[in-house]
Amino acid sequence: MGDLYDSQRAMRNMRKAAMQRGVIAILDIGTSKIACLVLRFDGPETFRGADGVGSLAGQSSFRVIGAATTRSRGVKFGEVDAMQETERAIRTAVQAAQKMANVRVDHVIACISGGRPKSYGLDGAVDIANGLVTDGDIGRVMAACDVPDYGVDRDVLHAQPVNFALDHRSGMADPRGQIGNQLNCDMHMLTVDSMALQNIFFCIKRCDLELAGIASSAYASGISSLVEDEQELGAACIDLGGGSTGISVFMKKHMIYADAVRMGGDHVTSDISMGLSVPMATAERIKTFYGGVMATGMDDREMIEIGGDTGDYEHDRRTVSRAELIGIMRPRVEEILEEVRVRLDAAGFEHLPSQQIVLTGGASQIPGLDGLASKILGQQVRLGRPLRVQGLPQAAIGPAFSGAVGLTLFAAHPQDEWWDFEIPADNYSGRSLKRAVRWFKDNW
Amino acid sequence: MPLDGGGRILQPLSAPRRPRALPRDPAPSKWKYRYQRWMLTPGVRGLIRIGVPCALIGIIAVSWYSHGTNKEMVAAKWEEVKATVQQRPEFMVSGMDVVGAEPVLADLVVATVPMAFPISSFDIDLEAMRQKVEELDGVRSARVRVGEAGHLKIDITPRIPVALWRDGDTLHLLDEAGTFAGVVETRTDRIDLPLIAGDGAQDHIEEALSLFRDAKPLQERIRGLVRMGERRWDVVLDRDQRILLPAEGAVAALDRVIVLQQASDLLDRDVAVVDMRNADRPTIRVNREAAGALHRAGQTEAGN
Repeated sequence: MGDLYDSQRAMRNMRKAAMQRGVIAILDIGTSKIACLVLRFDGPETFRGADGVGSLAGQSSFRVIGAATTRSRGVKFGEVDAMQETERAIRTAVQAAQKMANVRVDHVIACISGGRPKSYGLDGAVDIANGLVTDGDIGRVMAACDVPDYGVDRDVLHAQPVNFALDHRSGMADPRGQIGNQLNCDMHMLTVDSMALQNIFFCIKRCDLELAGIASSAYASGISSLVEDEQELGAACIDLGGGSTGISVFMKKHMIYADAVRMGGDHVTSDISMGLSVPMATAERIKTFYGGVMATGMDDREMIEIGGDTGDYEHDRRTVSRAELIGIMRPRVEEILEEVRVRLDAAGFEHLPSQQIVLTGGASQIPGLDGLASKILGQQVRLGRPLRVQGLPQAAIGPAFSGAVGLTLFAAHPQDEWWDFEIPADNYSGRSLKRAVRWFKDNW
Repeated sequence: MPLDGGGRILQPLSAPRRPRALPRDPAPSKWKYRYQRWMLTPGVRGLIRIGVPCALIGIIAVSWYSHGTNKEMVAAKWEEVKATVQQRPEFMVSGMDVVGAEPVLADLVVATVPMAFPISSFDIDLEAMRQKVEELDGVRSARVRVGEAGHLKIDITPRIPVALWRDGDTLHLLDEAGTFAGVVETRTDRIDLPLIAGDGAQDHIEEALSLFRDAKPLQERIRGLVRMGERRWDVVLDRDQRILLPAEGAVAALDRVIVLQQASDLLDRDVAVVDMRNADRPTIRVNREAAGALHRAGQTEAGN
């Protein structure tokens, strides 16, 4: 646990340093594309409007000054598969974004979409010594949460307190300064594969960049594409990405569950490629131009030239009807959504007061997906786009960028995590000098 | 296509021109990436945007200037420009006013700093001119400036002579500090000033002046003071009479002589020298005839 504290705290310090320099990069390493946004922070006052409205949703203190995407290489299921290739892809994206921003960035905040995320709900309770909840008590109650044995090859990505209860009052966001006897804390912890995390660390390090924070991409998509009431009342964000589909469930503005299905748009493409025996690039083009999931009578008559480069006339002039294409795509999309359904059921999503489901991510742009999803996931389904942030180019406001945009919000306003609070003194044995100093400070 | 000669269309064997495909991987190489990041570093950017052009301009300028002819050309051009500015009428000096000096001294001052008017004020070294003017005997201090209407103005504070000092045949004027303040042709030019002579006399003007003040009763007869052996004063009266004063207490000794004169008309007698050098024993040397007469009188008396 100490190791985790150290690395996460180091990242927080890095983030602080980046804020002081005012420039930070966002790196969304996905399976189908790598997006890099360069943010410039100018403090909350700079972009304040003349009408006296302060920062709305907390995102007005920065603007995007550089944006670039590149085709992702060497990433599978949201995990780094070929290190060199991924590194080159990251370099491409970072270089283009830097060129657009005309500034050098040294700190990046990245997200990880694969790594088999696993959610844990923890709770802990402590007695309040002097009746008044202080910062130290928050740290203590979080340390008192009994951490499950999540495995040696996994790392904690997020550990966020989602709920505090003081005696019999529950649902507190901030119990500090309140009076009570026993403080309870519910915490949501997300772990991912160590190897996947280490690979991303290493890739970014090889690009001469410093990692200033890392987030789950499902979480990032959630905070960018769920609107405020959805986050408050309970909603699930389904980020249909290239190689994996992230699921994040929000309630009371906190993420309470996250998971990922290791299937995505790339699998649809490969199905088309196999079914029509065309190369992946052609399959991708056909999918984006003609793809769909709800066939109508019109689609039987719409013939698509699938082409070829063999020199054989018959082979190169093949056509398929759009209905056939839909027939290939639909089962795979259904499979993905069914899997999502299973995960949501396992998480107890049906117990939430509101069961809004928001589909986002690049694969959510398949026409007719909302109709199909509402049959599988429930009636309250909508397609989500990321929040608008200042300076984002027109090409990057689509649902494929909800993860990247979410990371910008995460960079501007990171949620309190476990490691943001002081570790209780009795939990770490070393640093006795520091303890002595603190004891002196507390007593005089 | 009509083929006039009945020939055949030959298919070219070279590869058909294709639009150049994009490179499969547009990723920058590691060094290219690093180079770009280095170039985006603020310090490096500033250096390249400002430092390199400045250095380039500097190198070009220096290499151009290092040629002899160019150097001369620049120097000549510079002189020309300087001259055109300096010769502007605003900077021209057209005349000289000497203020605060008598006409004789003023002529001397003008002669000391000869100048061909009009002249640019940049070409006048006022400080050197001031020093030159102050070197004149009759000038205690001078202020030189270019005044209104382009006139050089020399404010002179002249030395006030208080004594004449005879050095051989020339008569120097001395001010109270003993500094030369000019030369006069004859004694009659400055009959109002007391005359002193002898080596080292100019260093003891103060004492000489007090002796002169003291010798008011003898004013009609006094010819001057002579510094003897750079040590003491002699008062020279007409009829070749001398009063030898001691080095110390000269004024008191002179007072005694004056008292003697007033009491017994000592100096009206045929006395050549009144020697007051030894205060305990004032001595009088009489003239030869007087001494002879005295001698004879004694003999006559004895003979009677």
